[in-house]
Amino acid sequence: MSGLEQLYQQIILDHAKRRVGEPLAEPEAGHPAGESHQHNPICGDEIRLRVELDGTTDASTIERVSWEGNGCSISMAAASVLSEMAAGTTRGELLELIDEFREMMRSRGTAEPDEERLGDGAAFAGVSKFPARVKCAMLSWVAAENALLDAAKA
Amino acid sequence: MDSTPTPAVASPEIGLTPAEVGRLRADFPLLTQTPGLVYLDSGATSQKPRCVFEAEQHYYERANAAVHRGAHSLAVEATDQYEAARTAVARFIGADDDELVWTSNATEALNLVAYSCSNASAGRGDEAAERFRLGPGDEIVVTELEHHANLIPWQELAYRTGATLAYIPVAADGSLELDRLDDVVTERTRILAFTHVSNVLGTITDVAAFVARAKAVGALTVLDGCQSVPHLPVDVKALDVDFMAFSGHKMLGPTGIGALYGRRELLNAMPPFLTGGSMITTVTMERAEFLPSPNRFEAGTQRIAQTIGLAAAVGYLDEVGMDRVAAWEEHLGARMAAGLTEIDGVRLIGPGSVERIGTATFAVDGVHPHDVGQFLDSRGVAVRVGHHCAQPLHRALGVTATTRASTYLYNTEDDVDALLSAVADVRGFFGVTS
Repeated sequence: MSGLEQLYQQIILDHAKRRVGEPLAEPEAGHPAGESHQHNPICGDEIRLRVELDGTTDASTIERVSWEGNGCSISMAAASVLSEMAAGTTRGELLELIDEFREMMRSRGTAEPDEERLGDGAAFAGVSKFPARVKCAMLSWVAAENALLDAAKA
Repeated sequence: MDSTPTPAVASPEIGLTPAEVGRLRADFPLLTQTPGLVYLDSGATSQKPRCVFEAEQHYYERANAAVHRGAHSLAVEATDQYEAARTAVARFIGADDDELVWTSNATEALNLVAYSCSNASAGRGDEAAERFRLGPGDEIVVTELEHHANLIPWQELAYRTGATLAYIPVAADGSLELDRLDDVVTERTRILAFTHVSNVLGTITDVAAFVARAKAVGALTVLDGCQSVPHLPVDVKALDVDFMAFSGHKMLGPTGIGALYGRRELLNAMPPFLTGGSMITTVTMERAEFLPSPNRFEAGTQRIAQTIGLAAAVGYLDEVGMDRVAAWEEHLGARMAAGLTEIDGVRLIGPGSVERIGTATFAVDGVHPHDVGQFLDSRGVAVRVGHHCAQPLHRALGVTATTRASTYLYNTEDDVDALLSAVADVRGFFGVTS
């Protein structure tokens, strides 16, 4: 695979079009929810992401991740993959996944992602070779982490 | 070793011949040593001819010493070279020696004017500094297409002095609404700061219209020459502006050096921005007297080697001839614009019928500029993507980011064609068909 094809794997290009989790959804009454707005001042990419849970503990289930935003295909695909993967996991599991994703993105292409755990997220391993694009991939994942903290405050 | 360009027969319509450009390219080691590179990001920073860094190296090997201090002959030699560089760069823009102040870059030059106004407003300077004193009720006017460097210093000056910031808006196509000049620039306007050439669109501003209006209301004019001085013949006296800022690294020179042009009587009336050594006459424990311009604004040890490198750069540009550089880039710019317009799903941004330098900014439908830039990079084509330090202009155009290709004298028709062929493949790669 050429560098460009490692960066833009088909899974990423597909998710950039499917945009799972878009648009931003109103949480159901009684469900704790948290929100975060992230902005990359270098390129202007931005995302507003909401996490809806069925409770406030680490064992609580993520009911839904939804978002609105605009940006490059890497940032939009990362938000889509995250939204698809997060639904149905617990709060604790999602926080662990976010840590694993971040570790992979910081690896400069050396990480061997656990596809069983990271699912479509593993396709972003190639992005970690392009330091200028790591922030694109991380934008929504950082938003999810902050939204979970925000939900805990609610 | 000699990287002075070879004069050749001029080609009046397009300035340079492709063969001449081929010979010029041999003077740019980065271009000859990077196979496959199509460098179309000179609007961000230019590549440098060998003579520029040889001039710096020569200075360090033969003449390095502190300037304007020390009695030894090496210090005299360094001072001579430093001042000769000032003369060369001042002449290049049609200014006198004492009207050219060295700065680190254009951003610092613009901040120098803003902070000097701030210091005048705080009571520094004598009666002659009255022109620079701002307060509530006064206005500073900019335009909506400014680079952040010619916007934020004025926003901050307004905050510090209580003055108000107003602006000439752009129309939906990115052209300046010149018919608003009379109602935006009024008797309250003290400073009118505007760009000569848009760094995003490459469009050339009608400087005469701005200067005429500023003179009618007694406002100072500050011109951002970052994108004009490298690409067009510029004569500050003919433009009749009060101040002009420009950067060395965009005009074949080194990084870390830029300059402020100012009318002599204004520079000598303006209280200094940075203060310290080398800009004073008499100093007591209570106060200091300042030197006249330009030393008044050059506190501390200066960027000596960089000034000498920049002088070599303007020597190189003079040798080629700025008229020919401008004509060649206009030719390349027209080729880019025509080619991009023909590609399905590609939209050229900016007004259609305005004079511009060799800059083309565009949108590819369905593909984000970052993805466009990444794809072009995989084909060796280096362009700039993002908001190009002009967020308000992008907001006015209704986009968050764009892709910009910008030429210089060393670009060829083949470079433009490589860009066009790569852009034509972008939508296919990203699977955008509609």
